[in-house]
Amino acid sequence: MTDHRLQNSVRQRHSLHPEDIVTLVIDGQQLTADPNDTLLTIAQAHNIHIPTLCFLEGISAYGGCRVCLVEVEGYGKLVPACLTHPAEGIIVRTQSPRVIEYRKKIVELLLSERNHICSVCVTNGHCELQQLASTLGITHIRYPGLFPSLAIDASNTRFIHDPNRCVLCSRCVRVCAEIEGAHTWDIIHRGIKSRVSADLNQPWKEAVTCTGCGKCVQACPTGALSEQGKAVGEMLKKRYTESTT
Amino acid sequence: MSLTLEELNDIAEKELSRQQQFSRQIRVCCAASCLSCQDADLTQQLQQTARQQAMGETEIKPVGCLGLCKEGPLVSVHPEGTLYSHVQINTSKAILLSESSLPRPSAIDPGQSLFFTRQNPIVLRNSGSINPERIEEYIAVGGYKALYQAIRNMHPGEILSQIQQSGLRGRGGAGYPTGLKWSAVAKTKSTQKYVICNADEGDPGAFMDRSVLESDPHSVLEGMAIAGYAVGAQAGYIYVRAEYPLAVQRLRTAIRQAEKFGLLGNNIFNSSFHFSLTIRLGAGAFVCGEETAIIASIEGLPGKPRPRPPYPATSGIKGCPTLINNVETFANISPILTRGSAWFAGIGTDKSKGTKVFALAGRVKRTGLIEVPMGTTLREIIFDIGGGISDNGTFKAAQTGGPSGGCIPKQHLDIPMDYESLASIGSIMGSGGLIVLDQSSCMVDVAKFFMEFCTSESCGKCVPCRVGTMQMYTILDKITRGQAQLSDLEQLEDLCDLVRSTSLCGLGQTAPNPVLSTLRFFRDEYISHIQDQHCPAGVCSLLTGK
Repeated sequence: MTDHRLQNSVRQRHSLHPEDIVTLVIDGQQLTADPNDTLLTIAQAHNIHIPTLCFLEGISAYGGCRVCLVEVEGYGKLVPACLTHPAEGIIVRTQSPRVIEYRKKIVELLLSERNHICSVCVTNGHCELQQLASTLGITHIRYPGLFPSLAIDASNTRFIHDPNRCVLCSRCVRVCAEIEGAHTWDIIHRGIKSRVSADLNQPWKEAVTCTGCGKCVQACPTGALSEQGKAVGEMLKKRYTESTT
Repeated sequence: MSLTLEELNDIAEKELSRQQQFSRQIRVCCAASCLSCQDADLTQQLQQTARQQAMGETEIKPVGCLGLCKEGPLVSVHPEGTLYSHVQINTSKAILLSESSLPRPSAIDPGQSLFFTRQNPIVLRNSGSINPERIEEYIAVGGYKALYQAIRNMHPGEILSQIQQSGLRGRGGAGYPTGLKWSAVAKTKSTQKYVICNADEGDPGAFMDRSVLESDPHSVLEGMAIAGYAVGAQAGYIYVRAEYPLAVQRLRTAIRQAEKFGLLGNNIFNSSFHFSLTIRLGAGAFVCGEETAIIASIEGLPGKPRPRPPYPATSGIKGCPTLINNVETFANISPILTRGSAWFAGIGTDKSKGTKVFALAGRVKRTGLIEVPMGTTLREIIFDIGGGISDNGTFKAAQTGGPSGGCIPKQHLDIPMDYESLASIGSIMGSGGLIVLDQSSCMVDVAKFFMEFCTSESCGKCVPCRVGTMQMYTILDKITRGQAQLSDLEQLEDLCDLVRSTSLCGLGQTAPNPVLSTLRFFRDEYISHIQDQHCPAGVCSLLTGK
């Protein structure tokens, strides 16, 4: 793990000197914050909701889903709230029409990428992608579905990996590597052909590094990783709190 | 071992007196392009003939790129300077012997050819004149003197201000001021810092970095060592793609020789400065040219970018401050120190100083490797240096900057080639790929080609680049098959905006550029495909069936 990822995952809390505090504005609210925190955690602490998908508290931030993009006045580009630290005096907008529109399109792109048919999914009703789409008011997908045909890996006696539901958020990869320390999962290939795979592209059952802990299944935001024997809508992910909506 | 200045001068003098033994010098281009079209080893063949004829006064040596790649294999004869083109085994003898019965290759006088007279070689100063596999020849033309000056007579701060005053900007494409980049790394307090040379040249049609590495590897090593001294780094990496085996081989030779002479390693020139270089091979991923991806790849991780900040200048390899520059940038360093920043700043335009190497390719009469002052117009490059469009075709567009760049149409032929001017018309300087297109190219097809490239080269980490480029490709494909509607065009432009504004790294943020620039200047071609199911250039064959 590289240093910056480590720094992200282990957030240091210590008593702050006044000069170590920055002031910023998020959606009109004047706030003070620790400059080591991210815009996302600062917003969360003040009940400002920024939608996320690849972010999961307790593991390193990834910055891949682009759902938490926010506008910062004076910055040329939109920035991911999960990885951006506050600078003194910045003005952040998390709900500008522009970012809301981009978020919608990004989630629609995700929905078009693979086979996200909720009515036949084990996580129907408990899926973060589904909740995200509904919160953003997505009623239809403007992009044609790509529907690749990807083989389901049900070789593991306890779990199922269905890449057709995968959003490549890499939460399984990070929770396995950073919390369990096994690093069974990783992403192989690149671009649109990217896929999550166990060990050196082995069937899950044959992945010798897998400890069978099941953290990946619980960390997965969608029905891509689920427990065996669940019918439609029966797969509830065990987390300390209900997933973000 | 450590060299003194006297010893360095000694090596140069010995080499010069060795060269003076010969009254004639025959230089055989041994860069990849000419090597690929030789019917046998020309150098060996010529040497054998010379031996048979007992021509002891003639030196036959392999050199780097002679520039005019279209006419290869090239051989140049000195002191006359005559350049022979399309030299093959059967015509090579005539270069050595004056018998008129022998078949002769056609000759070009570089002094009379606009291809050569319009150029101003700084980066390519030694290309085609020295043997890239002999460090002595590089030293004989003044090589490593700038490194000596830097280490022994200059404070790192002086070097930084020289580079800053020269106005040199990153030659990898973005044009970030090199002096600022160096200063940012120099400013950091870390004891461990790194220098990376980005030689992961991946734009379709680009071969500048390859040629520089094949023709004059020591100029890059020297530039890196000076950079190391200026920013306080002791180690460097050259990240070169494995698809360039000859460049890799010559780099390896060059590093070995420089280490042997004490020009790399510990206590260079008897100073306290240490600098070592390691070659890392890229496995062919285009995205590894992105600076955070290069770092990940060197660390042994998958070559995927991460968001910046932190910038590599503060947190690069293993979290240490890291300086990343392109091959061509490093090759500019030693001349700037030798001849002064004012000299360099006097070349080029107001905001873009120095020269730029371009790989001139496509439908142009003289393709090859050229180096021109910044601000040279596109028209001069294509019609004077390039000799115009091949096969009496008509100019349609010039593509610069590869998959991150755009197409420049006829009405902008007089644009000066500098960073700002190119950006103002939706293209970029890029690393120097310059592909000339004539009337036989369909601009929708060109956009589709680059989008397909981006789709397959996207690392897949962020959603807009991974899925967005695929959706754009799907629409472009639909257009070229005559199955699109005008609403698709709207969707395409909308996707361009989305991918550009929300992607994680430069690859995604610039991927829409070829589409946007062709839409800007050749919108009528898109409309024609959609409304009339007609491809004006006759390229999209599926349409004509209708």
